[in-house]
Amino acid sequence: MPKDAPQLGCADSPILKERGQHEVFCGLTSIVWLHRKMQDAFFLVVGSRTCAHLLQSAAGVMIFAEPRFATAILEETDLAGMADAHEELDRNVSQLLSRRPDIKRLFLVGSCPSEVIKIDLSTVAEKLTEKYSPNVNVINFSGSGIETTFTQGEDACLEAVIRSLPSSEKTQLAVLGALPDIVQDQMMRLLEQLGLENVFVLPQVKFDDDVSIGANTHFICVQPFLGASYEEMVRRGAQPICANFPFGADGTTRWLWAIAERFDVSKAKFDKVVAAPKLRAEQAIAAVASDLRGKSVFFFPDSQLEIPLARFLAAECGMELTEVGSPFIHKSLVYADLADLPATTQISEGQDVDKQLDRVFDYNPDLTVCGLGLANPLESKGLSTKWAIELVFSPIHFYEQAADLASLFARPLKRADLLKVST
Amino acid sequence: MKLSVWTYEGPPHVGAIRVATGMEKVHLVLHAPQGDTYADLLFTMIERRNHRPPVTYTTFQARDLGSDTASLFKSACHDAYNRFKPDLLLVGASCTAELIQDDPGGLAEALDLPIPVVALELPSYQRKENFGADETFFQIVKKLTTPQPRTENISCNLIGPTALGFRHRDDVEELEKVIQNLGIEVNVVAPMGSEPSDIVNLGAAHFNVLMYPETGESACRYLEKSLEQPFTKTVPIGVGALSDFIAEIETITGLTNLQNKVASRLPWYSASVDSTYLTGKRVFIFGDGSHVISAARIAKDEIGFEVVGLGCFNREMARPVRAFGKTLGCEALITEDYLEVEGAISELAPELILGTQMERHIGKRLGIPCAVISAPVHVQDFPARYSPQMGPEGANVIFDTWVHPLVMGLEEHLLTMFREDFEFSDANGPSHHAAHQPTSVQKENRSEEPVPKENSSNVIWMTDAEKELRKIPFFVRGKAKRNTERYAVDHGVIEISIDTLYEAKAHYAR
Repeated sequence: MPKDAPQLGCADSPILKERGQHEVFCGLTSIVWLHRKMQDAFFLVVGSRTCAHLLQSAAGVMIFAEPRFATAILEETDLAGMADAHEELDRNVSQLLSRRPDIKRLFLVGSCPSEVIKIDLSTVAEKLTEKYSPNVNVINFSGSGIETTFTQGEDACLEAVIRSLPSSEKTQLAVLGALPDIVQDQMMRLLEQLGLENVFVLPQVKFDDDVSIGANTHFICVQPFLGASYEEMVRRGAQPICANFPFGADGTTRWLWAIAERFDVSKAKFDKVVAAPKLRAEQAIAAVASDLRGKSVFFFPDSQLEIPLARFLAAECGMELTEVGSPFIHKSLVYADLADLPATTQISEGQDVDKQLDRVFDYNPDLTVCGLGLANPLESKGLSTKWAIELVFSPIHFYEQAADLASLFARPLKRADLLKVST
Repeated sequence: MKLSVWTYEGPPHVGAIRVATGMEKVHLVLHAPQGDTYADLLFTMIERRNHRPPVTYTTFQARDLGSDTASLFKSACHDAYNRFKPDLLLVGASCTAELIQDDPGGLAEALDLPIPVVALELPSYQRKENFGADETFFQIVKKLTTPQPRTENISCNLIGPTALGFRHRDDVEELEKVIQNLGIEVNVVAPMGSEPSDIVNLGAAHFNVLMYPETGESACRYLEKSLEQPFTKTVPIGVGALSDFIAEIETITGLTNLQNKVASRLPWYSASVDSTYLTGKRVFIFGDGSHVISAARIAKDEIGFEVVGLGCFNREMARPVRAFGKTLGCEALITEDYLEVEGAISELAPELILGTQMERHIGKRLGIPCAVISAPVHVQDFPARYSPQMGPEGANVIFDTWVHPLVMGLEEHLLTMFREDFEFSDANGPSHHAAHQPTSVQKENRSEEPVPKENSSNVIWMTDAEKELRKIPFFVRGKAKRNTERYAVDHGVIEISIDTLYEAKAHYAR
């Protein structure tokens, strides 16, 4: 190890826990990408005009592409009596299903208003499943802001999906987390080359996909924000595989190796499978990382991707970490990545946005990763920013995307150099 | 419950944020759960503001429900005051906090802050964004204004512009120029650009200019009653409206001969022979009430279009829009359901749509040109360049914006002459609009699946007639199809032949 290499290990370092104003999305936002991934599913939010407005603001132009999500907006009359609410939902759902007969899974998504007035969506979901069985399966989860932050919406959805799956004793591998199709295909090819059979991904693309879980199901997460799904899998008897998350050349290799070890794939075979794509990724990263080396980065909390991404930027791109903020830290999930962060890194969980803004100005980092509500205000104060939502929407996992991932961080720095007019 | 995919307006607290963000030295503390901060990015991204909206959200979580939310609200107020030191604090609740029934007004009062505090009632389950803005500004005005000695020279306030308003930034600049040209001083522009001390000073003006009824009418009515300030009723969008607006000012102020002091290029552009082809083009207009009324007037009286339909999404303006629709012989469509708007547009098959970003997408889907005249809008309608809607320059901007998406006159004739030309067929759309170019997929569909098989009335198109219909330029084809089918039904014709097509054409000839 070279002398100046930083000492690693944040697994046990103190975490700065804060509460105050959170500048984050609520879990409903997950619907924007989940509905694209689950092709026979419709997401019906039971909420207020605010929820509908949030979804259309977050979904941008996607709202015009006949999306498979909508909001049942609560009106004054719905707040008066609860019995009404169930009937109203029944009416809305039948209206919806008659318009979209292709829907096989209907998610009733709870929001802050529906949680506060305690509309029992899980009972409604059960009743509706009975009513529409076997054509439509109705499942409930909450994406409310009082319970979930941004990507936690996917976690809550997936947890509900897992709960509804049948049991089996088949020996198999489950990969948890929604990925862009092309990335998922790359992953499946690699696992196939390693000789793994019986691999499936959750959430499934189609409800009809034959999927079950039990004591011989091994599972690994591809996203760090799946804490509740992880625990639900364990409760169902499935056996977790924990590793670094598959970001960058090294992250991907470690993630794959953890699976290979569990399924007794020989080191020789493993090396043969990963050698070429790993080398390709390393070379591609090297070309981009020269713009990042030695630059400092600060993460505001957003998606829980922050810790694994910080590991990638520090270990594979040579960036210096100041503060890495995450809305929640599931230690059992991100342990490996935490352990690989330079020991000097400040890890924070939760947020008091005004205090965190004070800190970012103290650090004056070269790059700040933050949400869209903060990005332009920080840019106008002279900080370069990378808006974080793009990291959820873009293909960034596994070998072939490693350099694209580095580019997402390099682009704002490059741009700041390019522009010769000052604001 | 109401099933909804798209909403024209946000919840009322977004209206409150629009007022707070437009002003200076004002801070809003909003009792709201995590996630409601999404509203910030409307301002930092769509309007591209370089600072955070002056809003503190209490961000309560599930575990706070029960006991803790009230103290959370109090400490948020306290911290916001200490950090931002505003001259005025606004407090309110978003939809979820409205349900947990903490009383923001009472709680803030108890803090005994050394600045005025305005408590906002924002009924989220009944009202919407525009109400929120109008109400918030009204409450601020009610709290702060006091009778003042009138300015020595004749002066007015400009009332209504807010953050996230469609072209408010440039409308203010343009209208200030117009007013100053008339020899009248501008006392205060509010809410946008003002601070609490300016609101105190509103009473010094001789009258108010109500720029946007949606966001400023309650305040103007209050000022009329309490401070005896008359306010203008005409929104000066369009040449005719501008002239009426100036006439109103003459009546209010007693000044005379103000009319000649403003000029727009619209009248000459519209009169020039190049514009002849615009005559009677069928236009559908939708948006917020005041922009729709202004647009309809320009369309009919200043450009020579035929207004075939109009409507608005804000019920507050339903009455004036209906009344104006009647004068044009149209039944106004008052709805916030975009599917109804889409239905009306495809039924009427207009040649141009004037609307919001939603109508732009409807237009894209139906292949009808569209120009944007009203919020809600995307980021591209907060342009870097000067582009007001009001005043003489506003009329210039409007002429250019509306005419641009139309097929140009010469092109229209050439398309009719050479409709069989493979490189110049109407399937390629207007040559200056890449976005309008139908894909090859659509072209294939065209040849395989001839135009209009499905229709409600069970008339059948014969192959020849169908072919002939396709030769009709696309911008009038929808209308021709509809008229022919109606003609066929009315005359008991079951199969539409080429003759039926031309008989119908003759029958409906304008």
